Amino acid sequence: MPADTATLTEQFNGGLAAPICLTWELTYACNLQCVHCLSASGRRDPRELSTQECLRVIDELERMQVFYANIGGGEPTLRPDFWDLLDYSVAHHVGIKFSTNGVRLDKRAARRLARTDYVDVQISIDGATADVNDAIRGTGSFVTARRAMDNLAEAGFGEFKISIVVTRHNVSQLDEFQQIAQGYGARLRVTRLRPSGRAADHWADLHPTAAQQRQLYHWLSARPDVLTGDSFFHLSALGAPLPGLNLCGAGRVVCLIDPVGDVYACPFVLHEEFRAGNVREPGGFTRLWRESELLLRLREPAAAGACASCGMFDACQGGCMAAKFFTGLPLDGPDPECVLGHGERELAKVCLPDRPQAGPGHSRVRVFLGQIAARAAT
Amino acid sequence: MAFDLHRAYRLNPAATLRPEPFGALVYHFGNRRLSFLKTRQLVTVVRLLDSHASAAAALDAAGVPAGQRPRYAAALAALTDSEVIDAR
Repeated sequence: MPADTATLTEQFNGGLAAPICLTWELTYACNLQCVHCLSASGRRDPRELSTQECLRVIDELERMQVFYANIGGGEPTLRPDFWDLLDYSVAHHVGIKFSTNGVRLDKRAARRLARTDYVDVQISIDGATADVNDAIRGTGSFVTARRAMDNLAEAGFGEFKISIVVTRHNVSQLDEFQQIAQGYGARLRVTRLRPSGRAADHWADLHPTAAQQRQLYHWLSARPDVLTGDSFFHLSALGAPLPGLNLCGAGRVVCLIDPVGDVYACPFVLHEEFRAGNVREPGGFTRLWRESELLLRLREPAAAGACASCGMFDACQGGCMAAKFFTGLPLDGPDPECVLGHGERELAKVCLPDRPQAGPGHSRVRVFLGQIAARAAT
Repeated sequence: MAFDLHRAYRLNPAATLRPEPFGALVYHFGNRRLSFLKTRQLVTVVRLLDSHASAAAALDAAGVPAGQRPRYAAALAALTDSEVIDAR
């Protein structure tokens, strides 16, 4: 065959008939107020898609053969129609992978999930211990998440996922996370902290140090069974590439629908500059995916820019667009966490007021590290 | 794994093809694995498997040149491993 893996990556650059990795955030409402929430969630937005509108989106996804949707929020299970939407989606051949903090995963919900095919559940924790976790996610959130995991295991759900955002404070707990997952027969998923949403205010204090990034790279390289959402491709400049797709998928294979129906290039760029349109417009999501000027532009070959002279550009592809954007770096230059240190040098030149503002989003209150105002999950 | 070109195969009922500019994506709703058919000709071959008595006959019907056969056999073997196609 003329095509091999390398040319497949080139084909991905040109975009696909439909996304592979579609994230759909169902609500901005959340019982927690995590300091690093990339959608700055908290309060429900009165403009959120109605049940009927959500059903129409699912119909579209079925027609486009989007095989599964990654459902998030906010806390998606807070929507009163969450379970109906889940059932409808699965019945229409759009599998559901949903992320939750576990607040609504009581024994009954766990049994219901265990009976449903084509559903994956991801429970988020950001510390392997309550102190590390609750400093990020709020008092009581660790206990809530562990109870949900207990319920899923007891109901015989099978292999659920435990999802961690890697920070400076939990990178030393990777083995402990792995032990928790193994104890449940669950699978560990670790993803990269982006300076998006509320995390914009805390990224400088929370993102892993250069030494921790090297440690993470070696840890992941030795454990190909750990899921990463292909989010650490900037680390591939440290040596052999990590498994998965080593490129920015924004607009190419990745896309986000937010709770009010706005479509963004990826889940980490909730900003007007990366908004393709709204699913309520004529032609819906399908037309936006196929014709939006923004998404078409993102499918053009990326310019290496300041990275052109770097021998590692092919490995890291310049890193994450969202990480650059929200730290005020040019999109055609190094990632702020460039493992060769080019990003750090660029960051030093950025004037704080020049950084794009993420805005307060749907936060209930201003959230500070270590003094979280979130209600304890019940 | 050796792939037997002389056997009959079928597209697994749990696998769905989505046409793409480069060929097709295949999703297996049972094992949730995503596979890639990296050329359009491979898509044609996979679609012809059901109606042909052997994989070799499907390759002929799709017009795959003799010199390309080993590569196609390898691709079909990989699709067997991921349960996209199976012997019938």
